[in-house]
Amino acid sequence: MTTAVTRGLSPVRSRLDNGSVVIVQENATSPAVTILATFLAGSLYDPPDLPGLAHLAGRVLDRGTALRPAEVIAEQLDDRGVALRVSTSRHTTSLGCTCLAEDFDDVLAIVLDVAVRPVFPEEEIDKRRAEIITMLRQDEDNPAVRAAETLFEMLYGAAHPYGRPAKGSIASLERMERADIVALHQARMRPAALTLTVVGDVAAGHALERAAVELQGWAAPPPAPVAVEAPPPRSARAVRAVSVPGKSQTDIAYGFVAIRRLDPRYYAYWVMNNILGQFGLGGRLADNIRERQGMAYYAFSAFDPSVGEGPLVVRAGVDPANVSRAITAIDHEVGELGAHGPTAGELEESRRYLIGSIARMLETNQGIATFLQTSEQFNLGLDYDRQLPRHLGAVTLEEVRAAAAEVLHPEQAAIATAGPAREAGAA
Amino acid sequence: MDAMALPAPLIEPRDLREVHLGNGLKVLVQPVHTAPLVSVWCWYRVGSRDETPGLTGVSHWVEHMNFKGTTNIPRDQMKGIVERFGGMWNGYTWIDQTTYLETAGRDALDQMLFIEAERMSNGIYDPAECESERTVIISELQGGENDPDQLLDSEVTATAFRAHPYRHPTIGWIEDLRRMSRDDLYSHYRRYYIPNNATLVIVGDVEVDEALRLAERRFGGIAPGPIPLRNAAPEPPQRGERRVTIERPGTTAYLKVAWHAPAATDPDFFPMLVLDAVLTGAKGTNIWSSFRGQPPQRRARLYTALVESGLASTVSGALLPTADPFLYTLSLTAMKGIPLSAVETAVFEEVERVRTSGALEAEMARARRQLRARTVFENDSVTNIAHQLGYFETVTGPGFYTALRDRIDAVTPDQVADVARRRLSRQFCTVGWFRPQETRP
Repeated sequence: MTTAVTRGLSPVRSRLDNGSVVIVQENATSPAVTILATFLAGSLYDPPDLPGLAHLAGRVLDRGTALRPAEVIAEQLDDRGVALRVSTSRHTTSLGCTCLAEDFDDVLAIVLDVAVRPVFPEEEIDKRRAEIITMLRQDEDNPAVRAAETLFEMLYGAAHPYGRPAKGSIASLERMERADIVALHQARMRPAALTLTVVGDVAAGHALERAAVELQGWAAPPPAPVAVEAPPPRSARAVRAVSVPGKSQTDIAYGFVAIRRLDPRYYAYWVMNNILGQFGLGGRLADNIRERQGMAYYAFSAFDPSVGEGPLVVRAGVDPANVSRAITAIDHEVGELGAHGPTAGELEESRRYLIGSIARMLETNQGIATFLQTSEQFNLGLDYDRQLPRHLGAVTLEEVRAAAAEVLHPEQAAIATAGPAREAGAA
Repeated sequence: MDAMALPAPLIEPRDLREVHLGNGLKVLVQPVHTAPLVSVWCWYRVGSRDETPGLTGVSHWVEHMNFKGTTNIPRDQMKGIVERFGGMWNGYTWIDQTTYLETAGRDALDQMLFIEAERMSNGIYDPAECESERTVIISELQGGENDPDQLLDSEVTATAFRAHPYRHPTIGWIEDLRRMSRDDLYSHYRRYYIPNNATLVIVGDVEVDEALRLAERRFGGIAPGPIPLRNAAPEPPQRGERRVTIERPGTTAYLKVAWHAPAATDPDFFPMLVLDAVLTGAKGTNIWSSFRGQPPQRRARLYTALVESGLASTVSGALLPTADPFLYTLSLTAMKGIPLSAVETAVFEEVERVRTSGALEAEMARARRQLRARTVFENDSVTNIAHQLGYFETVTGPGFYTALRDRIDAVTPDQVADVARRRLSRQFCTVGWFRPQETRP
């Protein structure tokens, strides 16, 4: 058994006859294995009148298969100490878990059974629908969620897959029927949409063989591609305040539409975001808002490029009396970096940090699995962990300046605040 | 299935080296060569239990100040030292301990030790920085108050304890945060941040002798001090059920039920850990990483009785290893339209059932196996291994951590039934309700 992460990853990749891709990385750090089965089947594929359908399907997916009733799945996983997580993003539905190495064969069989043969019992749909409605009600009372959802709707429009809430609405959930879920599963969770990533204390040959056996006989044509439409162009600043009564703090979400993951400017944007709102406590933003002004416990920016143009979002949580002051500080930092770019020192610091942090990104089996799955999704290559330092090292000051100048325009920012009613209105 | 042969887990590290420097600093070094990373944690035996009325939150505030610059690391350079090596850093304060960590490439080891040695001995506590951090911490507190579950947790804890300082939140009461002075912070720092009140843990891609040499070079010259006494007032026995209800604007109702729990070194602790796994699924013992995400709980009693029945959307149990008896807390989110009284009734029915009849052998086997699996999962990185070594050294003392697996295996059904019967009595519990006041039409 190798400990491959010492000298970079050495994954083994195989495409099965049915189109599914299996990637295995051996890692003997601990006697455990992480399994990540990811389908290109996220909320992007929700029918326009049923937002939240992929999320509901994900919540019911592991509640019964043609081979195993829900209680058998629950018992077989619980008995092995395994918590199976089914998560739905804009583009993917993922089944992920970690098991003891000795349980790998059994757990892989359960995970793939759940992925391939779910039966979506009516009773389970009703229970999970009710749970999601409770989750939606919790979100309504959560200023951080309200600010983020409002911002995404402002940036992309309510009908765009990046602009509508992935969990849907109470009204859309109440309209969903079992046939809708079954149709979505049949249309999108097909063999060619699956990447199975296995990382841990298991021999690659064995994992590939078990995956092939478990997926034997499962075939369907590849799902039809769905394009992500470009978001509507923005030219003017916009501010929306959401009232969430009874709260102590106001959340601010301030952002722009940025670029796609495969855009050649990706690495320059990544470095630019690190300088703006990540390096150290939270880049220039935290240095101003937290360190110099003592206004917030957190202030940072996040850059989330995807298949379509992803957002660059600044977040801060502040006393309701300080909302205008905090937005002024964000405007200042965004405007400064946009107008003048970073210093050579900042570029060097951030590049070194990002290159050096690759090893930490790959510290756990779960981290490695996520990295390999993303590399496969965007066709970045099996040796991407070794290519990544070169990409980051090649980023120039001019490229980062150009990236900042393209996107960081306070006069075009979308700004959402959510907090106590009396102070939520922002400048 | 319960008789499986678990592969030698990382909780029995063969190469762990333990050394006391001349000034009393304990150093633990564990080589792990699977990734080119090193994790350094510096642990102090000081937490919110060591605070007196009027100074609640001082330990946590001191932790914040220890990121604000030292004699030899100006504030604006502190953040960049580890980042240049691709590293991350953090820290946390809880009831029994305060800790700081860096994880970075192996070349950064000496820099990480330098930072921790500076933090131990050369904090500046500039008055203007103390003032600036006051509002940051108040912002952190207000952010926590935005979460009804967290708000309820503070109230339940404060209601469950009468005397022991575990009763106040680690972040402190806001009135104390508004009044505390720079001198309060600095004297707390000087009292507790001494080498003979600390443990330094180094785990990762290191040569043990070299790591110890560097530790000696960075820390060896720091003078020891008088070891602070930890005289937390013992909690008197609870005489009857206590209740607290919060009514605030909101959308969702929450329930918490808390009982006084055994300390980690109490013989009842491991039977309680198994009992919690039977009721809500095993979480493990790593408070740094294990409590993120759901545990395996679909067959757990409270999950089947409350979530599967549609009364609650979530249920969780929290039993953490602590130095003194803390709380065993059940937390539930009521489904829309379900009254809290119905959720509470169902919880107590299940609790009474386990108090009356104990756990089934199949449940015992499942719980033990879950806990043993979690001890593997929660040691999946140099950062997590270092946390576990330092946590137990600081909170429970030497020897406890390496015995975890055997202690879990040794728990019997009779012990589980016994702790359920003795400890989960209604008269020893505190019940908390968060009842939302709907504000929209």
